[in-house]
Amino acid sequence: MAFTKDEVLAGLADLVNDETGIATENVQLEKSFTDDLDIDSISMMTIVVNAEEKFDVKIPDDEVKNLKTVQDAVDYITGAQA
Amino acid sequence: MTKKIVITGIGATSPLGGTARESWEALLAGESGARSLEHEWVHEHELPVTFAAEARVRPETVLERPVAKRLDPSSQFALIAAKEAFADAGSPELPSERLGVDFSTGIGGLWTLLDAWDTLREKGPRRVMPMTVPMLMPNAPSAAVSMHFEARAYARTVASACASSTEALVNAYEHLQAGLADVVIAGGSESAIHPITLAAFSSMQALSRRNDDPATASRPYDVSRDGFVMGEGAAALVLETEEHALARGARIYAELAGGAVTADSYHITAPEPEGLGASRALHMALEAAGATPDEVTHINAHATSTPVGDVAEVRALHRVFGDRVREIPVSATKAAHGHLLGGTGALEAVFTALALQERTAPPTINVTEQDPDAPLRISGQPMALGDDPQLAVSNSFGFGGHNAVVAIRSV
Repeated sequence: MAFTKDEVLAGLADLVNDETGIATENVQLEKSFTDDLDIDSISMMTIVVNAEEKFDVKIPDDEVKNLKTVQDAVDYITGAQA
Repeated sequence: MTKKIVITGIGATSPLGGTARESWEALLAGESGARSLEHEWVHEHELPVTFAAEARVRPETVLERPVAKRLDPSSQFALIAAKEAFADAGSPELPSERLGVDFSTGIGGLWTLLDAWDTLREKGPRRVMPMTVPMLMPNAPSAAVSMHFEARAYARTVASACASSTEALVNAYEHLQAGLADVVIAGGSESAIHPITLAAFSSMQALSRRNDDPATASRPYDVSRDGFVMGEGAAALVLETEEHALARGARIYAELAGGAVTADSYHITAPEPEGLGASRALHMALEAAGATPDEVTHINAHATSTPVGDVAEVRALHRVFGDRVREIPVSATKAAHGHLLGGTGALEAVFTALALQERTAPPTINVTEQDPDAPLRISGQPMALGDDPQLAVSNSFGFGGHNAVVAIRSV
């Protein structure tokens, strides 16, 4: 069963909150993971690994650097779903 | 010229309480921190030992979740104890380049390592979290404390098994003496109550098997002692040059008067039976304190409740103090809090500082028939130390033949 974009955003927000303590409502589509949310590379990789499990997708390491904003991540995850 | 180094803050999260003060009061009240373990893994693995002295307060319930998530429990304990000690010291303000950290662990991030190994086997390498290595490394507690307090003079990790955190105090003492810092947060932590350690220490016949009565299992110097009891937690002391402490009007618990380490070079786990290395460490610590054995009025013994270890320490004490050892109030506090391995020396130093400040040697519980080979002055009740100036030693010995001793003087 595929996740909708809203469901992916909500799920990502939970993962970001769990890893960093950032309130879920602050995890918005236009936010940059590094510049706006101040997420470092280790936290980003932790979120990616947890997102792979949560949404049952693969996010190659080479792809992670392209996920600059929350929108990028939501789009990638929804597109990668089987 | 020798500087005077003083203890201006204490902190602890231990099997006896979530703070240094709570731990001390439980110790004086004769409580035991040992209990039956309620984890499924105890029965799943049919462990031969089913109890331990777990920390009274789980560390992840104290720290904010994003902080706790990035720290192995051993680092969580360290940060909690260090924060308490630093606040207790009045949160001294000083240039970050003059604040140091000397925090040890005996084993390191065992839970993180083994959880990651389980994840690797069950789910594959992709699920092994990127924070795994920085969480399991033995210097993680020291790094966590250093980063929290912006301590930039140095952040060091001693690993000498169960001597670790007493050796950390010795290191901190030397660092302060050398003028390389004005204040050091020193201590040790451990979080190693795990099926692996319970199985492994059981295999070497090191743990008490008193499964039906955990509270009386740790019984140093008792004729029926049958091994130590695993403990966990952390303790921290804020050490400071007296000059710095006086300049800011700090409250002083006691003086860290001296410290020393030696090595047995004898056997990987057994203490050298005549106590040669341990007695040499005692002599050297007292020499650093500018004192003689005759001045010692209180001893916090390592005394883990193993048949061999306890009497080896008694021989070392006898070498140093002669027959007077029968008169000096001795406390073997592991009877109450179990053995915190790399955290134990710091916890016992906290108790020793409080003993001198309050002129009260804490009790050694569970001794119903004292071993004639350990003719020491111990009591199941607190013992008054008197109003005269006091000098105490606190001993720690570790696998590998490590001996560490600190001398603490009343103020």
